[in-house]
Amino acid sequence: MAGERLETVLDRLQTTKSIEELRAWVHELRDALGVAHVFYHTANLKGEQVGIFTYDIAWIRRYVVNNYSQYDPVVLGAARRFTPMDWKSLDWSTPQARRIMREARAAGVGNQGWSVPIWGPGGQLALFVVNDEADDDRWAAFTRARAKDLLVIGHLVHQHATRIVNQDTDVVAAELSPREKQALMQLSQGQARAEVAATLQISENTLRAYIDSARHKLGAMNVTHAVAIALARGIIVPHGELPKY
Amino acid sequence: MIRFVYADELERFPLLADTMFRDRAEQFRTRLGWGVTVDGKGRERDQYDVLNPLYVIWEQADGTHGGSLRLMPTTGRTMAGEHFLHLTHGVRICSPLVWECTRFCLSPGASSRIAAALLAAGIELGLRFGLEQAIGVIYTRTLGIYRRIGHAPDVIGTDGGGRDSISICVWNLSEEARDRICARSGLSSASIERWFDDSFRGPGRGSGNAAGSLVIAA
Repeated sequence: MAGERLETVLDRLQTTKSIEELRAWVHELRDALGVAHVFYHTANLKGEQVGIFTYDIAWIRRYVVNNYSQYDPVVLGAARRFTPMDWKSLDWSTPQARRIMREARAAGVGNQGWSVPIWGPGGQLALFVVNDEADDDRWAAFTRARAKDLLVIGHLVHQHATRIVNQDTDVVAAELSPREKQALMQLSQGQARAEVAATLQISENTLRAYIDSARHKLGAMNVTHAVAIALARGIIVPHGELPKY
Repeated sequence: MIRFVYADELERFPLLADTMFRDRAEQFRTRLGWGVTVDGKGRERDQYDVLNPLYVIWEQADGTHGGSLRLMPTTGRTMAGEHFLHLTHGVRICSPLVWECTRFCLSPGASSRIAAALLAAGIELGLRFGLEQAIGVIYTRTLGIYRRIGHAPDVIGTDGGGRDSISICVWNLSEEARDRICARSGLSSASIERWFDDSFRGPGRGSGNAAGSLVIAA
């Protein structure tokens, strides 16, 4: 994950306790990413629509009142897709799409966008979007450098919003297999990845896949963070300590 | 050339799609003897093909299938998670940075250059979208093919012995790996990048058939 500031902001994500707090937090995320706008939306979290964004609220209201999501290439493009999308690759040729883009631009939305579709287990779609004003070359360089971060951040925001709506702030420990817990525990003791891999008798690349799975399941931004969460939640116990029964 | 095609776009490429599913029947049922489902027209499809996966397909000059692989994110349903959990030490591999590659298939008589192009194209896709690794289920005895192509995966776990032994593997996705594969098989990284751009490029962006072109990422 690039940038100390971004790490600090993502760390702060975990401390937000309500959708309102998330709405304030997303402005910090925007600034840390150095873009014009960040937008997250899901149509169905416990039957609720949740929107977290830095767009002008007047633009969002106009968008909702006019039912623009029916024609918005960004929304239509995400249907049945799991690959991130550069807005340039979307079909803006319809009159409605061109009108949406024209009005969005007037409301301060930048000309470039990158959407990350996030699919829930039941087929629910959430969308994480980063938007900026940039020429094609600069945008290509930005998305190339940040594609991984944006995948991770989009899923983190979605996981956290889901936990808030479900009023469930605890990660389910059972999601982690004994092997994942053991890997995290050894890392928490300061062992190098090569040592951990050797102990578990797996390759370092396999360990990487296991650790990244654990990171994702714990809603962590990186491995250090995953270890911290696992320790804080009692999913793993510090070296030498007996589990508290 | 390589095309990146979602399942719900295959109807735009009827010959390519038909020959892909036939070649899969030929490879997985006839040559490998797997208990796969083949329809009355000789096409092999499984339960994952209906989940709208993304295919990376080599299209021959005559428009038929030369080889292909199928990609799905591991945050959704995966073959590794649903059938081979015992090969990953009980770990459900699940991350937006790791995708699953299945049904790696070559048409009869396809050159190893096609296999190399498919692997390089898969890596290209990973680099563009920010992925770190791909996992896949392969016949253990085909490991040599990947080694010769220039990108041997790490074996996570192996089931059975002899000719029927299968393995779950993990590939790291990096520019170095892509370039190494390209260098070994005489492909240029530039052509891999162009194929990706042509598949994921928006309507009206230089493709010349803007009016009718529906684009994969759209």
